[in-house]
Amino acid sequence: MRIAVLIKQVPDTDDVRMDETTGTMVREGIGAIINPLDLNALQAAVDLRSINGGEVTAISMGPPQAEAALREAIALGADNILFISDKRVAASDTWATARTLVAAITRSGPYDLILAGEKATDGETGQVGPEVAAMMDLPFSTYVSGMEFNGDGYLKVKRTVEDGVELQKIPLPCLLTVLRDLNEPVMPTLAGKKRARKAEMPLCDLESLELSPSETGIAGSPTRVVRIFYPQITRTPMLFKGKDIEEGIACLVRELENRAILGGGN
Amino acid sequence: MTTTSLNQTGILVLGEVRSGIMHSATLELTAKAADLATKLGKEVATLLLFEDLKSDPAILSHYGADRVLCIRHKSLYLFDQEIQSRILSRVIGSLKPDIVLAPATTSGRTIMPAVAAILHTGLTADCTGLDIDPETGQLLQTRPAIGGNIMATIRTPDHRPQMATVRPKTFPVPDPDRQRNAVPEYIEMPEAVFVSRIQPLGMEPASGDDVNIQERDVIVSGGKGLKKQENFEMLRELASLLGGGVGASRAAVDNRWIGYPHQVGLSGKVVSPRVYFAIGISGSVQHLAGMQTAEFVVAINKDPESPIFKVADLGLCGDLFDIVPRLIQTLKGKMEGSI
Repeated sequence: MRIAVLIKQVPDTDDVRMDETTGTMVREGIGAIINPLDLNALQAAVDLRSINGGEVTAISMGPPQAEAALREAIALGADNILFISDKRVAASDTWATARTLVAAITRSGPYDLILAGEKATDGETGQVGPEVAAMMDLPFSTYVSGMEFNGDGYLKVKRTVEDGVELQKIPLPCLLTVLRDLNEPVMPTLAGKKRARKAEMPLCDLESLELSPSETGIAGSPTRVVRIFYPQITRTPMLFKGKDIEEGIACLVRELENRAILGGGN
Repeated sequence: MTTTSLNQTGILVLGEVRSGIMHSATLELTAKAADLATKLGKEVATLLLFEDLKSDPAILSHYGADRVLCIRHKSLYLFDQEIQSRILSRVIGSLKPDIVLAPATTSGRTIMPAVAAILHTGLTADCTGLDIDPETGQLLQTRPAIGGNIMATIRTPDHRPQMATVRPKTFPVPDPDRQRNAVPEYIEMPEAVFVSRIQPLGMEPASGDDVNIQERDVIVSGGKGLKKQENFEMLRELASLLGGGVGASRAAVDNRWIGYPHQVGLSGKVVSPRVYFAIGISGSVQHLAGMQTAEFVVAINKDPESPIFKVADLGLCGDLFDIVPRLIQTLKGKMEGSI
């Protein structure tokens, strides 16, 4: 089974602090990690390989610093790395990102299965996976929280959606985006870390992907960011403590009544 | 499909029907689209895909739909992303709208990117603001990133249609205007449209405690301060008194005190209830990102320096094991008194 895992390097948001005076996020000096849901995708790929054999290729695009994330993917069990790092892919929107990844998948494929996290913790769009699938005309599913492969050319998947769990059967090759409850990613092994240190990290550029500069980066992106702003998220609470708690509870009950949460019915 | 007034459709809204029930986001988005369409001087069409619909699709016209397009087929009984994407692409192909909107639900966030990829156009995810640029007539799409710590306004200048998914409960649902009426149009499509490589096998509806917290008006969330699994019972009691759902911080979920579907935050769900209780939650950025758009936030925590108090409207600073039972008693007293 040949499996590709799409990986993104994201800021480590557990590190993020709030600027006390502006109420906005402090972004300087934040470490970078593999997008958490991509770790679930990678784990699923490694688990499938251990049962069915084959190989796992981690594919990523990003600035040269993203190399660290790809080394971690090796430590976690990926066999191969395909790292697209070219200034001309910078600032790609989801369409241009998907187009670029499709070029890399096509060049290094064919794959039986392509996996990705449902969304990344920075952009949070969740669009790249379905866009890649649609561009390649692959069947796909999203929000996958369980999968079963019986070697018959199909995957049975569970999708966790708003009102329950949907069950679908999908033929290979296909693409899935996965959720955190799919599995429990394991820590890298010592042998894995050693392999990661030694791993070759060839960089792919647009020429090696046979991708035109007009299809990627800003030039290939249908969308444009017009404005970025940092919303204030602080509020000024009515604060009650000590002996005032009783009064605080009364105040809260009044608020709930005023908002028709209590007594007013719905 | 009728061919009159084809080029009049400024905005196509993909409605959402699940298990025969029209999702409220369909009304919300239709009404917002009507606002935007007025600025464009064009019409709104809302598209519904279903096998069975328990309400009258004509009500969409009371919320601003000039046309209500319905596709009814047995293969729409269960969600099939391949069929729904194909239908949406075809309807866009014949209506040629300037703008296509869908709720940012699991379905909308699955179908819309597939369609945008095929049509080679831009798609903005999870918008919380939409407007028309008076100069260019283009759609201005505002969305949060990094859990709402950054907001970006995005346009699609040269590709059509301009596509966006919109976070449910972002815009108000107006009172219906019963003067506005449109007769739903049932559209026939060739059987080949309903052929899929996906086989939907079934759906297990969530029950009781597992009902999606994003749909709740009140959410009572607990964190590390709850100390153990059993203490979530207290939050369930409080939540049920208020007709709400139970949420949790990542710490509580990592400790397996409650399941992942209840996790609020950057790596869990983003919620925007009318009232949000953060109990024993210190308020990491990770958590704040998931709840800061709540209308009214109540924080209960013993540490007065907790960041959660900075995003709260009402703070009770003290021992939650003292405060929560007292709050429950007070609420119970009120309720008995009001009967």
